[in-house]
Amino acid sequence: MKIVVPIKRVVDYNVKVRPLGDQSDVDLNNVKMAMNPFCEIAIEEAVRLKEAGTATEVIAVTVGKSDSQEQLRTALALGADRAILVETDSLLEPLAIAKALAKVIEAESPQLVILGKQAIDGDNNQTGQMLAALLSYGQATFASEISIDGDSASVTREIDGGLQTIKVSLPTIITTDLRLNEPRYASLPNIMKAKKKELDIQPIDAMGIDTAPRIELLSVELPPARQEGIKVESVEELVSKLKNEAKVIS
Amino acid sequence: MSTLVIAEHDNVNLKPATLNTVAAANVIGGPVHILVAGNACQSVADEAAAVDGVEKVILADDSAYENQLAESTANLIQSISANYSHILAPATTFGKNVLPRLSALLDVQQISEITEVVSDDTFKRPIYAGSCIATVKSSDSIKVITVRATAFDPVNASGGSASVESISADGVSDLSTFVNEEIAQSDRPELTAASIVISGGRGMQSGDNFHLLETIADKLGAAVGASRAAVDAGFVPNDYQVGQTGKIVAPDLYIAVGISGAIQHLAGMKDSKVIVAINKDEDAPIFQVADYGLVADLFNALPELAEQL
Repeated sequence: MKIVVPIKRVVDYNVKVRPLGDQSDVDLNNVKMAMNPFCEIAIEEAVRLKEAGTATEVIAVTVGKSDSQEQLRTALALGADRAILVETDSLLEPLAIAKALAKVIEAESPQLVILGKQAIDGDNNQTGQMLAALLSYGQATFASEISIDGDSASVTREIDGGLQTIKVSLPTIITTDLRLNEPRYASLPNIMKAKKKELDIQPIDAMGIDTAPRIELLSVELPPARQEGIKVESVEELVSKLKNEAKVIS
Repeated sequence: MSTLVIAEHDNVNLKPATLNTVAAANVIGGPVHILVAGNACQSVADEAAAVDGVEKVILADDSAYENQLAESTANLIQSISANYSHILAPATTFGKNVLPRLSALLDVQQISEITEVVSDDTFKRPIYAGSCIATVKSSDSIKVITVRATAFDPVNASGGSASVESISADGVSDLSTFVNEEIAQSDRPELTAASIVISGGRGMQSGDNFHLLETIADKLGAAVGASRAAVDAGFVPNDYQVGQTGKIVAPDLYIAVGISGAIQHLAGMKDSKVIVAINKDEDAPIFQVADYGLVADLFNALPELAEQL
């Protein structure tokens, strides 16, 4: 079984992102970039399925600028067998990314596609579901447990009230939630080996898809700041403030 | 121009987030319809028809929609989408699952988790864990939108008298099937609907210690939440998680206990009216957003707090 894992290069989760001075966009000058954390979970799950003998090949894919090769190399160091960069100079919206990924998946015809549930930059939580629709596949989003059983997958999903288990026919799209697994770190020998693995670059223009933006970014600003609070000295003072000043308890 | 709101429900009751979503639809303007897709869910349709300001309820009552799985639900919405300029759902795990699928079927770029309606094509939404707020304008002919419930005050659940129109199932898919559900049973209010929330972080040290929070929650009628760190450490299940990748809450009172205050957690609670932080590390970033900060060992402070309430 072949697994395709689409990943994304994003601002490292420790970076506090701020708007540019003219508020035209976020300021991404000289910030640390990394693989989106949910994508790491997706790679880990695919590699574990390969280690367990369920999968035979893991292919990492990204749609982005040339520098996204860095994150593909990380995916290769974590255990992916080969990687594909669909190269574009534009910043694409999730729908356009899903269209490009759909082309790659049609060409590779994997049985399983595993993605992160959301990227921590735009916080959109869309690409996996869109990809499933474009390919007419079923979808199992927010997965915390996956088991492959012949021509279907049984997936436990994190939903608001608890857990839901569904069965989806293969090929299918699965998006990862936090508790699916704990991703490994790449070892130095694996990082060295990853440099020799195949990384195929495909220009997005050759795909014949409509990637024109549908959304115009008008401005980016800081959220309203909270008024500075106070420190209380004791539990007694806290309770008194909550009762008499904030009036939120009685 | 009219707006379709996708109802969130459990086949018995309408979920409160639907009322916040209708509120967002009202700001957009134009008539508001609600789609109730479920099984044996007439009571939900009746509830939806009573929601203030709703013109029409569309009821698709069929066993295919029992669990509102994404494939069949998205196909159904697509089949009636031509009548609408806007299609809205709450940004819950239900809305997040179904709407992007619909959006791709319609060849539309969805706008996720809006917190403000600027005009009928322009919206505000948080990005980068709420570090920034983006104002975006859509050029798509149908706007597909998920709505952050806490950003809109709910409309009245009564006072409306909408007509109910039944439609048949359309585009039923068997790509996925429901197996089972484990819904957490609790006498406490739901996290996203509670007016008081008390959350624990890694400082709680174990899942067992969450009973210290539960005692206080029961005295205050509060819901219990957790930071991602506490979920990652296995103290509590994921449905407790408040933050960027968990639930977004904005109660009247939020009490953060043993939570350092990573940006990913603040993203889920910083719109709370009053924030209390209890942490023994006086430099913890949580104190920067807290209205009342108490630097103390939580294992002393919590029993004392329980006693004084």
